[in-house]
Amino acid sequence: MAVLVDKDTRVIIQGITGGQGTFHSGAMLEYGTKVVAGVTPGKAGQEVHGVPVYDSVKDAKDAHDATASVIFVPAPFAGDAALEAIAADLNPVVVITEHVPVQDEIRVIHAAKKKGITVIGPNTPGIITPGAKQKLGIMPGHVFSHGKVGLMSRSGTLTYEIAAGMTIAGIGISTAIGLGGDPCVGLTTIEAVKLFQEDNETKALVLVGEIGGDAEERAAFYIKDNYDLPVVGFIAGRTAPPGKRMGHAGAIISGSSGTAAAKIAAFEDAGIAVAEKPSDIARLLKEVM
Amino acid sequence: MSAADNSSDSFMVILMKLFEHEAKDIFREFKMPTPPGGVARTPEEAKERAAEIGKPVVVKAQVLAGKRGKAGGVKFADTSDEAAKVAEEILKMRINDLPVKAVLVEEKLDIAQEIYAGITIDRNERKYVVIGSSAGGMSIEELAETSPEKIIKRHVDPFLGFHPYEARQMAINMGFKGKQINRLAGFFMILWKIVQAYDVELTEINPLILTKDGRFLAADARLNIDDNALYRHKSLIEELKREPAEQNERERLAAEHDMAYVELDGDIACICNGAGLTMATLDSVAHYGGKASTFLDLGGGADAERVKKGIEIALMYPKVKAILVNIMGGITRCDEVAKGIISAKEDGDLTVPLVIRMVGTNEGEGQEILQKAGIPFLRTMEEAAAKVVEIVKEGA
Repeated sequence: MAVLVDKDTRVIIQGITGGQGTFHSGAMLEYGTKVVAGVTPGKAGQEVHGVPVYDSVKDAKDAHDATASVIFVPAPFAGDAALEAIAADLNPVVVITEHVPVQDEIRVIHAAKKKGITVIGPNTPGIITPGAKQKLGIMPGHVFSHGKVGLMSRSGTLTYEIAAGMTIAGIGISTAIGLGGDPCVGLTTIEAVKLFQEDNETKALVLVGEIGGDAEERAAFYIKDNYDLPVVGFIAGRTAPPGKRMGHAGAIISGSSGTAAAKIAAFEDAGIAVAEKPSDIARLLKEVM
Repeated sequence: MSAADNSSDSFMVILMKLFEHEAKDIFREFKMPTPPGGVARTPEEAKERAAEIGKPVVVKAQVLAGKRGKAGGVKFADTSDEAAKVAEEILKMRINDLPVKAVLVEEKLDIAQEIYAGITIDRNERKYVVIGSSAGGMSIEELAETSPEKIIKRHVDPFLGFHPYEARQMAINMGFKGKQINRLAGFFMILWKIVQAYDVELTEINPLILTKDGRFLAADARLNIDDNALYRHKSLIEELKREPAEQNERERLAAEHDMAYVELDGDIACICNGAGLTMATLDSVAHYGGKASTFLDLGGGADAERVKKGIEIALMYPKVKAILVNIMGGITRCDEVAKGIISAKEDGDLTVPLVIRMVGTNEGEGQEILQKAGIPFLRTMEEAAAKVVEIVKEGA
């Protein structure tokens, strides 16, 4: 078992004929992902890396029994693409695209919620289940090894950094989820914790947060009373100044809220082992597991 | 991950915050009552504006910073000559390190009550939230601490939107009665229309004034537009006749190249790929006793040219005494990063010490390139952070 993505997940790529879509569908296939079809309106009949392209999500799904979608469509059209995937009941819908307008995000997130569909992102590296050799996203697959730790994070390369460190230390991952760097994302930190809680394979969690909002505090509060397995946490942005967007749209301290100090305090209060540096995570996992 | 990584379109990282007078122009377009007045860029213009009003006025610094009143950026004047004098003072000020380039001259209101009205996004609910309070004047954060019971909130249904009955209920819950209910509800409805029309991320009227003669007027205005939706509002940007953000040359260049760039007050520039990794690198520098000057996220898939450009931009900031390049190669290739570094060095652009840490895709090739050029690199970000701090301390 794993979370959201397993060996039976059959993936379509929306925006497969674009630069990013083409490059990453190739990388996904190489990793082992079951990419069954692509969608670019008006380009039905073409192939990308041998994957057939369709005009609509519905056509692609009907022809290949697809179950999930990864979206590489440019930001102005990404909201529409996600609604199309939701209408076709694909689940999960992974929105890689950055810079999606927040009004579009709100519409997509609530349309998915109504149908019980999980949207990952936007602005996410995606989701990977190493044990099933399936990645729905842009992460370098080789730094993730199979194991029993669930990993969730609001950032991309920092996740690779941490996963690589875990792999070197001999600690594997059940599923790793990039939650996305925007203020409004589909799958929230607390919802991700609950998914991992239901997964028999996951025996510990790594929660990688960053400044902005209070998703980490809320997750910590839940973990305190409801989650018994070991959790290691890390917060990026301890030295970030208030009022500045640190790369991610969601990484901003507004007034006194969203600080690293508040998140770390909430982690400590919930009994989460807090890593000072990314390299401490593997060591702490060994201590708590 | 950044834009370059994910979409073929390139969007600049900018901040679209409107000045009070610009926001009020939009408020008036939607028929919201505001005090009579106008913008002035010189003391003479301020005098004209005050003369047009013909009553005591308030002269307010037009600057994108909170607490301008406390900083002395809001002054009253009884005559037009006096308005010219206070405008002259305010136009010489810097507030929050920002120059004051214009003032707004408006009729001084006879205040019975200060009210708060605003709409923003609730990140947890992933919904807009309409906020009102009968105790305006102070910031909503201060209000939340001093009298949270006076804050009235209503989440906007993502499918149904926000409707007049909800706005009226808010006014009632805020303690208003009779005709005041509909009048105040009208302000909330206009804010909601503006939010939808302009992809607004945050708007506030604080204070919304109830005058002694019973009128409601938007005395202040705040309006921030979602940067990611600016492509839908090109005509607005043209009308404003200005750049979306006040940026220095380095910030402008970084935005032009779609790099996330933030200046800090330390002396070590951190150039990395990915926002989270860059933040963590800044924190590591601090952990070893150093202070970062620069947050520069190259984004994903940076080639040699882009790495070189990033180094150039970082070096334009006079505070920088050393550079730390930290790359976790996924779709970014270490050989490209190495080539970019070498090319910056060969051009003689590199005037400060450089510490490099890179791992991931094409790591071997990248390290070979650096080795041949005699540029040392380190394996972990902690080693690299410790090293760059040591170098800066030795140089001091």
